[in-house]
Amino acid sequence: MLSKLPTLLLQAAFGAYAVGIVGGLLTSRRDRVATAVGFGGSLVGGLLAAVATVTALASGVAGPAAAFDLAPSLLPNLRLSLKLDPLGAFFVLIVSLLAVAVSIYSFGYVRGYYGRKNVGVLAAFCNLMLLATTLVFAAANAFFFLLAWEVMALTAYCLVSFEHEKSETRNAGVLFFVMSHIGTGCLILGFLLLFQSTGLAGQDVASAYSFDNFHFLGERMPPGRRDAAFVLFLVGFGIKAGIVPLHIWLPEAHPVAPSNASALLSGVLIKTGIYGLTRVLFDFLGTPPNWWGVTVLTIGTVSAVLGVLYALMEHDLKRLLAYHSIENIGIILMGLGASLMFLHTGNPLLATLALIAGLYHTINHAVFKALLFLGAGAVHQATHTRNMEEMGGLIKRMPWTAFCFLVGAVAISALPPLNGFVSEWLTYQSLLQGFGSTESLVRILFPLSGAMLALTGALAAACFVKAFGITFLAQPRSAPAAGAREVAPSMILGMGLLVAACLFLGLFPTTFLRLFRGIGLQITGVDIFNQTALLQGGLLGSLPDSSATVSTLGMALTGLCLLPAPLVLWLWFSRGARTRIGPTWDCGLRGLTPSMEYTATGFSKPIRMIFKALFRPRREVQREYDYSPYFAKTLRFESHIEEAFVSRVYRPLNRTILRLSRRMRALQAGSLQAYLIYIFVTLILLLLFAL
Amino acid sequence: MKAIAGVFFQTLLLLLLAPLLSGCIRNWKAKLQNRRGPRVWQPYLDLAKFMRKDMVISEHASWVFHAMPYVLFLSTLLAGLMMPLITAAAPLRLFGDALAFIGLLALGRFFLALGGLDPASAFGGMGSSREMTLAAIAEPALLLAIFTVAITSGSTDFSQMLGAAQTPAWRLLNPAHLLAFSALFIVLLAETGRIPVDNPATHLELTMIHEAMLLEYSGRYLALIEWSASIKQLVLMALLVNIFFPVGIAVGLEPAALGWSMACFLGKLLLLAGAVVLVETTNAKMRLFRVPDLLSAAFVLAALALLSTFLFH
Repeated sequence: MLSKLPTLLLQAAFGAYAVGIVGGLLTSRRDRVATAVGFGGSLVGGLLAAVATVTALASGVAGPAAAFDLAPSLLPNLRLSLKLDPLGAFFVLIVSLLAVAVSIYSFGYVRGYYGRKNVGVLAAFCNLMLLATTLVFAAANAFFFLLAWEVMALTAYCLVSFEHEKSETRNAGVLFFVMSHIGTGCLILGFLLLFQSTGLAGQDVASAYSFDNFHFLGERMPPGRRDAAFVLFLVGFGIKAGIVPLHIWLPEAHPVAPSNASALLSGVLIKTGIYGLTRVLFDFLGTPPNWWGVTVLTIGTVSAVLGVLYALMEHDLKRLLAYHSIENIGIILMGLGASLMFLHTGNPLLATLALIAGLYHTINHAVFKALLFLGAGAVHQATHTRNMEEMGGLIKRMPWTAFCFLVGAVAISALPPLNGFVSEWLTYQSLLQGFGSTESLVRILFPLSGAMLALTGALAAACFVKAFGITFLAQPRSAPAAGAREVAPSMILGMGLLVAACLFLGLFPTTFLRLFRGIGLQITGVDIFNQTALLQGGLLGSLPDSSATVSTLGMALTGLCLLPAPLVLWLWFSRGARTRIGPTWDCGLRGLTPSMEYTATGFSKPIRMIFKALFRPRREVQREYDYSPYFAKTLRFESHIEEAFVSRVYRPLNRTILRLSRRMRALQAGSLQAYLIYIFVTLILLLLFAL
Repeated sequence: MKAIAGVFFQTLLLLLLAPLLSGCIRNWKAKLQNRRGPRVWQPYLDLAKFMRKDMVISEHASWVFHAMPYVLFLSTLLAGLMMPLITAAAPLRLFGDALAFIGLLALGRFFLALGGLDPASAFGGMGSSREMTLAAIAEPALLLAIFTVAITSGSTDFSQMLGAAQTPAWRLLNPAHLLAFSALFIVLLAETGRIPVDNPATHLELTMIHEAMLLEYSGRYLALIEWSASIKQLVLMALLVNIFFPVGIAVGLEPAALGWSMACFLGKLLLLAGAVVLVETTNAKMRLFRVPDLLSAAFVLAALALLSTFLFH
């Protein structure tokens, strides 16, 4: 029962993206036209694809809502076939939502590049990345998937190195490129393993690579090969998702891109890793052994805690946000890991709950992280710095941006009544239920992960008090911050859309959860409509036997109803009281200056002290004084933190690889005769091997 | 209709009882230190006085500064409405469970810390930084302890947890419950800013945490913040006494049962307040960087509680 509508809409969306790519490149000489055509294309494309996916998901069926070939293939064995099943549609929905908001934002944002950089190229790359990401989520065979995956990775590389005149950007781009390709290598190996096991290798190659044939293939694979495939996919998709310890590219690459691109990178690109893991683990590899779930849950917990701890140490606003992406990927993986463990014990209902928790957090993170990156972009455009120590007081100069950023900050800190709270609540519930329903001591892992999730949430709140408080509140700490002006209305509208999305996902979770019916049916066969536990009228429930319910809307409305309580009291008591504006208490000095304010570094100092075994901060203090050490003439303070993974793992690894390459250089002496001998020897060896 | 009446009465109870509890603690503490101390109803008079006073707002403050007292007050009240005080089912039980309760308190704290940073004073920033740090370390212990109880009852709903504690299978000396209770007691000291974590009676710049964030607040805003702080103290203490010792709590709505429940609740609260007073009088305030040790001890206690649930399951 294939309705035509999603197919048509999706094709139209691809057309719009294509118009954005071609139009952006063709008109790139004229900035304004290129902006209108390029981001207009992505806006229309995003809208169309969003409608397509919502209709597909709302139908609530398990099967694909659309299946067609993008184009006739020119190569044998390669079919550019697409299939929009519920899981894919959910991720396409995320891309499309962000595409709409980011496009609107970009109309204003790219004005900062006019006359300086090629805006048409930026728009074309954005469109290409949106198109490639949509194709990744909708690809119906492994060949096409990898093709789209590579196009996406390369476009992302181009977006990261868009401001390539800075060396910081170039280095980040190369790091991203290298890590991304290590990941792709693992994926190719993983798919080859699956391909080998279909048993169709010699006959019909095109259909052997089709995802339909991979469905529950793991059941037929020998355990060793299945585990190998799991590890390969975990590494391959894990690099893209940014799990610890494969995350080192993320905090380098995301901040240096233009902010609209950062929003897409953090909101969408790393979600392709989550999509891949979900697709492979839940669709292809069959009933998982216990250690898979344990591994994923552990990696998720570690990523969440380390991500937020490193984020706290940052005072570069966009790097801080990038580290939070690692944290949130960790939270998503907690849900997925718990779900795998429930599948192992044969509890599809709980597995669905945990999976939905993970996926709900996926869309939530996409929405609020994009919102925060767009806010950071607005701040960057207004102050020309990413360093929080030079900001401050922006709430009076950029009130709308500040409000949007505050909503994002509350949402990402998992505070009620916004969306971060809803998905973390679901995650907590699934972790709690794990205690009673899984075997052995492993179940201790669930509540401990829950405790670590609590630590993560509280640290995230601390981090966003810092991010918002230091950036937007108090007095401006530098001249550019003092002279900042509110950004263009289109940018505010783009952020406003995401604010609305945060509110909707937070206040109406039961409405939104209806879209998950198809995913549940597709993956675990559980119909969440029949499980009244999850959706109890307007309440969000957890499980049949545990009557815990929550309603963010109810909380918000009751809060509003209680509002008159303080007001009535004031009418009674404070009739004669007046309000005066006065200076902040300055201990009798001659007024406060911005240099007396608390800094971002100072704010996170207690946490740096408490976790100093992890951070190993290095500090350098130079004092010059004349008479007494108490009256310093000049003081220079330097504090530096390097990630343990970089200094302990990646740098030695890098050195070893360079040393080996230097040794290998002897082989490449430039002598033609020597090369001919190499070829000859290789040929002989291969012949011997073949015999 | 019944639900609305329940919300109304519990709101009233929270608003009226909270200052009295603070007053009792202050009075008893003074008595233990051989002082006469303020009368137990002094907090009410303080609140009324703050309400009548003029407000001085910092020139650097933004709307966040003005919004903070409302957000803090309302989120604390909402959290209080999710906690069973004298009836086994809290009035807002359907809208939120233990996790929502923790979340609402965190929401209030989030804005409290922002309010500290807003007037551009270094004291406020210092207080915010410390408050958020200590809260972050206390949170895992709090959640793990609540999880331990939730595991026994299979639900994070307070009323269910309370019901599970009332069943005959429950024993007062259940090691899991005792350990979780001790963990929560330490968290209570930290969350309500009591010695040895913070000293509510001092304004010494370098040691204060909670008070540092409020330095720029005055008049009716200060009244709201102080009131919220005492409501938070009341609900956290109610969490300890009602979830772990649900003696006498009313299941139905008969006046006699409610009256008995109220008497029991007051008695238990006063006992716990006595314990807090004893701890406050016999201990010295800790250095800030010793507090994490205390809180990690709470975490270890909660983890042990969890393990013992596992062993005795």
